[in-house]
Amino acid sequence: MPSLKDLKNRITSVKSTQKITKAMQMVAAAKLKRAQEAAEAARPYAERMESVLSSLGVAYAGRPDAPKLLAGTGSDQTHLLVVATGERGLAGGFNSSIARLARDHTTKLLSEGKTVKILCVGKKGADILRRQFPKHLLEVISLREVKQLGYGTAQSIGEKVLAMYEAGEFDIATLYYATFRSVISQVPTARQIVPAQVDVTDEDAAAKPAAGGAIYEYEPDEEAILEDLLPRNVSVQIFRALLENNASFFGAQMSAMDNATRNAGEMITKLQLSYNRQRQAQITKELIEIISGAEAL
Amino acid sequence: MAEGVKIDIVSPEYLVLSTHARSVIVPGAEGYLTVMGDHAPLMTVLKPGFVTVTETSGAVQRFFVAGGFADISNAGLTILAEESKPAAEFGRSDIEAKIAVAQQKLAAAEGLEAKSVAQQELDTWKNLLLEAAGTSGTGH
Repeated sequence: MPSLKDLKNRITSVKSTQKITKAMQMVAAAKLKRAQEAAEAARPYAERMESVLSSLGVAYAGRPDAPKLLAGTGSDQTHLLVVATGERGLAGGFNSSIARLARDHTTKLLSEGKTVKILCVGKKGADILRRQFPKHLLEVISLREVKQLGYGTAQSIGEKVLAMYEAGEFDIATLYYATFRSVISQVPTARQIVPAQVDVTDEDAAAKPAAGGAIYEYEPDEEAILEDLLPRNVSVQIFRALLENNASFFGAQMSAMDNATRNAGEMITKLQLSYNRQRQAQITKELIEIISGAEAL
Repeated sequence: MAEGVKIDIVSPEYLVLSTHARSVIVPGAEGYLTVMGDHAPLMTVLKPGFVTVTETSGAVQRFFVAGGFADISNAGLTILAEESKPAAEFGRSDIEAKIAVAQQKLAAAEGLEAKSVAQQELDTWKNLLLEAAGTSGTGH
């Protein structure tokens, strides 16, 4: 049984923990708002990029002269996993759920006899994956120094990936990140970025000739445009993933800290209750001692 | 809308401009081109340069774009720019900074092909410097 003094100390310490988690929750909420706005602002570009790419990609689908970034190398032996996680913890299951998805895929690919290379963006994911796949982890790109997530950051990662592809170091690249649904729901997502995936819905195919029926002119020509567009698409996908991740991170952190604050509140109520009981018991005990002492006289 | 052309300039970070314009001058890879209403569908690569938007009211806005794409369709003109800002925020010193970067790239380039690519990039920026000086009247 802890003494009154111990209980008092514990209540004070839980109270200060609660203050910290409460503050972190509020900071995360403010940052979440900004991250969400950034993710939304980036959406038009990515969407238009996709529509341009799909209209061009359809023309090239299955053609032997299609650029390597669209058609692939023709093999699927070597996989590159680009795992984007946060730089910090204290965000519930955010980092571990992305890492778990990447880990499951890695295990599956390895069991199929494929070669796996991992490129981590963000320290936390690397910490988890390094334990299990120390040999497969190529590099860790830290975003700790990056104050404001800009397109330049994504571009430099994209260039790194492309240089590796040019050098024939992998056949398929997949990007892992968490898609932001809401504050309480972030979905770990895997998205293939190299070769580019062109989603052709029937709707697209049907809408194209109907939309005026005009044929596009291309300047300089289709191939040159596609060659320019595909590398850019990789960077844009990465940028989008980083923004989504950022929003997801703060969302996860916010709900995690909200939980922590609530838990601390419950803990304080419980401790306070047992503190009061014990104090009462002590008073009663002292009274009994006095009364029985008086009776003995 | 019968008259004018709808224009969107989007950069990866945000939507720079979305408006209705009388005409838009775009720095295409093979030369500047003017887009007005009912332009034939065209897709072109952009080189670094200035986009001039003449609004229906006659007001003129200029934007700097650092390469990208223009997609002209029935729906209007969409410029996917790698980097874009109002021309007023992009002055001579910014272009000079880009030239310095391009020069470093040229110095670091190895092999004929890489060198010619870097040289081209440098020339584009140098041309832009002349252009900016000529049109804005702030140079010299």
